[in-house]
Amino acid sequence: MLKKRIIACLVIKNSIVVQSIEFKRFLPIGSPLIAAKFLNQWGIDEITILDIDATPTLSSPNFELVKKISRQIFVPLSVGGGIKNINHIRQIIKGGADKIIVNTGAFDNPQLISQAAKVIGAQSVVVSVDVKKKNGKWQLFTHCGKIAVKTDLITWIKQIENLGAGEILLRSIDRDGSKSGFDTELIKQVTNNVSIPVIAAGGTGKPNHFLSAIKAGASAVAAGNYFHFTEHSPILIKSYLKSKGVNIRLDTDANYSHHRINSDGRLLKSPDSYLEDLKFQIIKPEVI
Amino acid sequence: MNCKLLVIDYGVVNIQSVVNALNFLGYTPWLSAKKADIEKADIYIFPGIGAFAEAMKNLKNLRIIETLNRQILIAKKPILGICLGMQVLAEDSEEYGFHQGLGWIKGHVKKMLPTHQAKIPHIGWNPVTVVKKLPLFFRTNSTPAFYFDHSYEFVCPQDVIAATCRHGKDVVAAIQKDNIFGVQFHPEKSQIQGLKLLRGFMNFAEKLC
Repeated sequence: MLKKRIIACLVIKNSIVVQSIEFKRFLPIGSPLIAAKFLNQWGIDEITILDIDATPTLSSPNFELVKKISRQIFVPLSVGGGIKNINHIRQIIKGGADKIIVNTGAFDNPQLISQAAKVIGAQSVVVSVDVKKKNGKWQLFTHCGKIAVKTDLITWIKQIENLGAGEILLRSIDRDGSKSGFDTELIKQVTNNVSIPVIAAGGTGKPNHFLSAIKAGASAVAAGNYFHFTEHSPILIKSYLKSKGVNIRLDTDANYSHHRINSDGRLLKSPDSYLEDLKFQIIKPEVI
Repeated sequence: MNCKLLVIDYGVVNIQSVVNALNFLGYTPWLSAKKADIEKADIYIFPGIGAFAEAMKNLKNLRIIETLNRQILIAKKPILGICLGMQVLAEDSEEYGFHQGLGWIKGHVKKMLPTHQAKIPHIGWNPVTVVKKLPLFFRTNSTPAFYFDHSYEFVCPQDVIAATCRHGKDVVAAIQKDNIFGVQFHPEKSQIQGLKLLRGFMNFAEKLC
C-alpha cells in the first residue's frame, strides 16, 4: 500500500528560503541548501522548491539552485516558479529535479501541461492550484496569488487532469502561513472530483492539521513554515501520524516511537528511567 | 576496483540525481551515449524519467541499440535500468501509442488503471515484497519502502520478478534476469534504502568485471 507523503515546501525569494504568510508577507529563514540537506537527513518524503520571484519578475527558473540542491538530497525534488515553456522543463529535469510545478504557465497555455506530460511523463507534471475563498466561493489565482482568474475551480481541475497532469498541488492562499489548519472542505471538493493524487498545502500549525488533511482525502501534505523551526520536525510529525494509524514511512534511525508529543508537536520530557537507560545504549552508525 | 561505470545519457532523464547517488557511494561514473564509450564500459546504469516513445526515439537516433545489444546480451555485462530505464527493457509499450522496446526481458509495458483506492499515477513511497533477495536487496531491510513515480507498469513472467509492491493489485517493482536488472522505483530518490540497493547492485556488478 502506498504511504502518505509528508512534503517540505521551501518557498524561495531572492535565493533564500522565506516564511510566507498569505502570499504577501515574507520572513527570511536561510539557505535553501542547508534546509534541503537537513530535511533529507530527517527522512522527509519529498522536497518542493517554489521560487516565488520568477513569475512576477518575468525571469527564468533558477536552474543553478536546482542543480545545487539536487546534489544534496536523495529524495524526490519538485521545482516550481517561472516555468513557461518546454525548454525550461527540460533544463530543470536535467538539473536533477524529478517533477516540475506549473501554475501561471498552465493558465497562459494549458497545452504546456500535455506537452510536458509527453516529454517527461505525466507523473512528473504537477499543477499548482492556488485558491482563495471569496464570498463563500473558491476563486483561482495566478502569479503567486496576485491575479484572480475567472475559471471555475472544478472545471479547471478536471481540465488539468484531462490534459495529463500527474498531481495537483492544492494551495489555499488564505490559510498560507496562518497555522490555523488546512481548508479540509476544499481538499474534499478537489479530491472528490479528480482521480489523480492531491497534495494539500497551506495552513499547518499543529500535528492534527496533517491528520485532518489526510482524512479529507489528500495523498500528501506539504508544509513549509512548520518544518523550519524545530529539530527533527519531519520525524516528529511522522511519528505522530504513525501513532494515529496513518500509513507512513518512518525508517530513520531516530523515530521517537517511545516518546510523547504534545498537541503543538513538541516533544515532552521522557521518564527519567528511560533517559538513564539511554546512557548505556550504543548506536552504531549505519553502513550503506 | 577498476570497473568502468557508465551512466547512459540518452536525453531527457534525471541523470544528475543518479550521478549524485553514485558519487555519494564513492563511485565515479561517466556519462555518455557514444558507441565507443559503451564498448569500453563494464557496468551500465540506465536511468529514466520521461516518456517511453521519446526514450526509444533518442536511443534510435543515437544509433546505440545494436552496440547495447552486443554488450548486454552477448558480453553479458551488468546493467541496472531505473524506472523508464527498466520499462524500455520490455518488448513493447502502449504509452501514447504502441512502441517497440529493447526486448531484453519478456514483457510488456501497460497503462495502470485507477481504482478507488489506487490512484494513477502511482506516486509515493511504497514498501516492496522481496522475491529475490540477492543481489539487489542484500543490504536493504526486509520490506524496504521506495519512491515510485509512474503511470505505466511492467507486466512480465513470474520468473524474472525480483520484487513486487501493492497498488490496487500486485505491481512489478524489480526484475532480474542474469546480468540484467531493473527497478520501477527510484533508488536514487529513496534515501538510505535506495542507496543500499544501489550498493547491492554495484557489489554484484564489480565481481563480474
